[in-house]
Amino acid sequence: MRVPLSWLAEYVELVPGTTPEEVHAALVEVGLEEEDVHTFEVQGPIVVGEVLEFVEEPQSNGKTIRWCQVRVAPDGPSTGSGTDVEGPAVRGIVCGARNFFPGDKVVVTLPGAVLPGPFPIAARKTYGHVSDGMIASARELGLGDDHEGILRLATLGIDAPVGTDAIALLGLDDAAVEINVTPDRGYAFSIRGVAREYAHATGGRFRDPVEQSSPAAVPEPVEGATADAFPVEVRDEAPIRGRVGSSVFATRIVRGVDPKRPTPAWMVARLKLAGIRSISVLVDITNYVMLELGQPIHGYDLDRLRGGIVVRRATPGETMETLDGKVRTLHPEDLLITDDRGPIGLAGVMGGAETEMSDATTNVLIEAANFDPVSIARTARRHKLPSEASKRYERGVDPQIAAAAATRVAQLMVDLAGGTADVGGSLIHEAAGRESIELPSGYVSELIGVEYTDDEVHDALAEIGGIITATETGFEVVPPSWRPDLTGRADLAEEVARIAGYHRIPSVLPVAPPGRGLTRSQRVRRRVADTLAAAGATEVLSFPFSTEAENGTYGSADGEPVASVRLANALDASTALLRRSLLPGLIGAARRNRSRGLNDLSLFEVGLVFLPETGRTYGTPGLPIGDARPSDDELAELQAGIPPQPRHVGVLLVGDVVTKQSGQPAVPAGIVDALDAVRQIGLATGAEFEFVQGSHQAMHPGRTAELRLMGRPVGYAGELLPALAEEADLPRVVAVVELDLDAVIELTDPAVEARAIGTYPAATQDLSLLVDRAVPAASVAAAVREGAGELLEDLHLVDDYRGQGIPEGSKSLTFALRFRAADRTLTAAEASEAKLAGAGVAAERFGAKIRD
Amino acid sequence: MSEPLEITEHAVAAAVDAALAAIASAADSAALKTVRAEHTGERSTLAQLNAQLRNVPNDQKAALGKLVGGARGRVNQAFAAREAEILEAEAAAQLEAETVDVTALPSRYRPGSRHPLTLLQDRVSDVFTGMGWEIAEGPEVESEWFNFDALNFDADHPARAMQDTFFVDPPESHLVLRTHTSPVQVRSMLEREVPIYVLAPGRVYRTDEFDATHLPVFMQFEGLAVDRGLTMAHLKGTLDHFVKSIFGDEAKVRLRPSFFPFTEPSAELDFWHPTFKDGARWIEWGGCGMVHPNVLKAAGIDPEVYTGFAFGMGIERGLMLRNDVQDMREMVEGDIRFSQQFGMVV
Repeated sequence: MRVPLSWLAEYVELVPGTTPEEVHAALVEVGLEEEDVHTFEVQGPIVVGEVLEFVEEPQSNGKTIRWCQVRVAPDGPSTGSGTDVEGPAVRGIVCGARNFFPGDKVVVTLPGAVLPGPFPIAARKTYGHVSDGMIASARELGLGDDHEGILRLATLGIDAPVGTDAIALLGLDDAAVEINVTPDRGYAFSIRGVAREYAHATGGRFRDPVEQSSPAAVPEPVEGATADAFPVEVRDEAPIRGRVGSSVFATRIVRGVDPKRPTPAWMVARLKLAGIRSISVLVDITNYVMLELGQPIHGYDLDRLRGGIVVRRATPGETMETLDGKVRTLHPEDLLITDDRGPIGLAGVMGGAETEMSDATTNVLIEAANFDPVSIARTARRHKLPSEASKRYERGVDPQIAAAAATRVAQLMVDLAGGTADVGGSLIHEAAGRESIELPSGYVSELIGVEYTDDEVHDALAEIGGIITATETGFEVVPPSWRPDLTGRADLAEEVARIAGYHRIPSVLPVAPPGRGLTRSQRVRRRVADTLAAAGATEVLSFPFSTEAENGTYGSADGEPVASVRLANALDASTALLRRSLLPGLIGAARRNRSRGLNDLSLFEVGLVFLPETGRTYGTPGLPIGDARPSDDELAELQAGIPPQPRHVGVLLVGDVVTKQSGQPAVPAGIVDALDAVRQIGLATGAEFEFVQGSHQAMHPGRTAELRLMGRPVGYAGELLPALAEEADLPRVVAVVELDLDAVIELTDPAVEARAIGTYPAATQDLSLLVDRAVPAASVAAAVREGAGELLEDLHLVDDYRGQGIPEGSKSLTFALRFRAADRTLTAAEASEAKLAGAGVAAERFGAKIRD
Repeated sequence: MSEPLEITEHAVAAAVDAALAAIASAADSAALKTVRAEHTGERSTLAQLNAQLRNVPNDQKAALGKLVGGARGRVNQAFAAREAEILEAEAAAQLEAETVDVTALPSRYRPGSRHPLTLLQDRVSDVFTGMGWEIAEGPEVESEWFNFDALNFDADHPARAMQDTFFVDPPESHLVLRTHTSPVQVRSMLEREVPIYVLAPGRVYRTDEFDATHLPVFMQFEGLAVDRGLTMAHLKGTLDHFVKSIFGDEAKVRLRPSFFPFTEPSAELDFWHPTFKDGARWIEWGGCGMVHPNVLKAAGIDPEVYTGFAFGMGIERGLMLRNDVQDMREMVEGDIRFSQQFGMVV
């Protein structure tokens, strides 16, 4: 909402010289947030001038200019040459427009003036003359879009003396503050509402425009219709949520107006500052009253109406042409203004083309109605027609001001466009009265934490327009008609707190009961991220939006089609799915880094993936209604409708893990680093992962480990399928890991049972076994471990040899074994015996032969 | 074999002198080893003199034994001393030889980093767990009931359109990408027993275009306290404590009247700091208020008995203010140079 200060000052005490910034600061205190300041950005000297005479001079470029003599001061030397710059009263000015006559009063911007742009004016040589200033158009002054020619003051109904300051004359010295109006404060979409709030903020006196807008000349419509009133009927057969579409409908008729009269400059300037373009005096008046009172007004050309007005819902399939020239197919919920021919307006949203006021209108029917906020909101949204009117109706318009607003319009039309208002008019008023709210004594203080006296509470609520009755236990408060948002005692508490000032609220730190810190899952997740970072990986946060191809490739290990969560209104239709895998995001980040010359990368992300099951429907067909707690069954249904979204951890390595340096050869990233990353995650989570030869359609068929925990697959580690790496403009080898972190946390038992640490000497021996190449080393190791029994403390693979001396199809696995007994020093013979027992199980299970 | 030597003082002294001279002239441990063999070995003069002791008359044995033994002792002592000297010198020389330019060494370690947003999220969480609060979580694909209805957003209220919501297809399924962390408030109230003091950090979504000051995916944290007798003063106290914890003791909070469907009274939260880039000033950082009685009712909590407060702030904005990040896009592009400025500390 933009509020011109001159307008504001009509209804609230505004100390002269108050800056827009000061007005903003005051309004912020009561909850109207500052947005901007608007001015005309003009600077004098800009004066009223009179065109004395001119000569038309055709130019070589085809244009004809006028060389004008313009009087800009009441008296003084007249040179006629335009060369005298010492402030002559008559100046020579070149003008390209030709829409004026000698004797016309015009706006002259003299050298030194600045027009919006900024466009500084100076005496300058043009078309063979020195033009000592400029005759301005309305657009150049920032007053409107009219650039058909210069502004003739007569068109604004102005005949001011030559030399008058045109800035003040045209209202160009005004400024508007723009404020952000929250959805609960619809009344602040009016000068009336903002003036009231400014009074709350400053203590200045407020004058309600509604109470002063009914001069005796134009009496207000009274309920029921007078004999000559326009017939109106509300016939809502399908109220939405039980609320009738129109509860108030006031009309007035003004006859014999002159639609071509100029809108006064002050009104044009105020509308312009408020962000509304001047159109014609009749339309301008309806907009002006809407801005002033917050009551949307519609004006009809009375002579184009057929029969009376009926307000009703649309019938299925019905259409109408709105003011913007579009034919709209209506919905049975749309509330319509109709006459005998059918729809003539989408109530509260936009009028119809056939009955609108035009420059031929002489008789006007003024409508000031109150429409149901829900009905208007749905219609405006359905037809994508947010308007100044619908914006106000959606937030609630004061139901008590319709008649006064219609009267104010009628009065302004009489005053500014001639004509006479019919006596009376019509008024339907079925708006329900406000219910009172019980406000127990002490409630406000207890909620806000400030000790307010009963008088303070009373005065604050009275100041905002509440009607207050003292009761034995506190107050009964009837909220003012313009505050539909005040429905409960908490709302009243906010009013008291903000009128008294939020600055009075003290700072008191509440003491929470002892908490248990982070949950195990939260601790583990943080440790995983810290561990990966400490081990050299950089955390990234990708958007979870994904394509069909990405989810199909990375989100499905075996290539079976998978389901995805799809967005109905994605920012980009190609990425309308939610990710099933973290890898595409990591790949994207890797590609972006490499395009910026960062080639050696180790990236990780911890985040949610979205894994709906194929064939399942998620969500709920309806939602629990009402402000009570839903039943356990309803809550369980809501919960069951939410698709699985586990937290994954993904790692990607590309380029070198150790870069080439002096005395240090490069170490390129590969599956080894992927498996190490898994070990790092294992350290952070306490999980002991089992690596099994695995397969995933997005990964290298020979270089993929399936990761298992307690026998359950929880992820993959290895190298990306080279073709996919290439497709992503990455080098052939890209090492990746993706793990279901939630599953890892769930499957990991955090309790460690500590073993006694043996201090007797260890015996170390090597064991080389010949086995078939297809046998995984881990299986052989497991067999040896099993056979060697308790004495074997540690075993690791030190060599996997294939080649000379080894039979085709076989490999030689060499393990280093460390034996120790808990209670004695082992002899070499005991260690050898255990080793042979281990080899024996490997032989039995895999046909392993001892080599050497 | 030459003539057997006769043990005389002169002979012993000569042998000792020769040995000491040789020891003194040995330059390194190899030379010393040779000298040791020459002057104390089996064939050395002193060894031969010592061997002669068995041939001397008994009455001279003690005196000559002492003479020879003393001489051998002196020589051995000299060896030990010289050996220590040489070893020390050699050790020093080795260390000297092993000297490297510590500024020119390779590194096999690559520094990684956390993302500053998640680090800041962790820090914020720590401030609250330090006060005894717990960290609550909820899904990102959320039921509209939790995201809107339970939070007192009427189905037709303009506030609901204000949220710029991503809807899951089909919209009739009533699933959305949560537009704020506030649904976790409702989940916490349904799952936990009063008193409740929880903080809910996490990702949220709005249909904003991606530019320097807007992200369609961003992070918030939401605080909720429900207890007997909580007031707006407690809300302010909590926020004051929080901003001082994160921004330092000079930071302070201001509340301004505002509107949110799920709080009443509601406030915008501004905070002030003396060292903002453009000088000391108030900066808007989120919304807060007393939990609306309808929200308490939707979660089965009696608003006649309990009151609560809630607040919500954006982590990105916190990072921008705290660490002077200018362009929000840097936070989500994954350029490692951005995160690596922070390492593991924010």
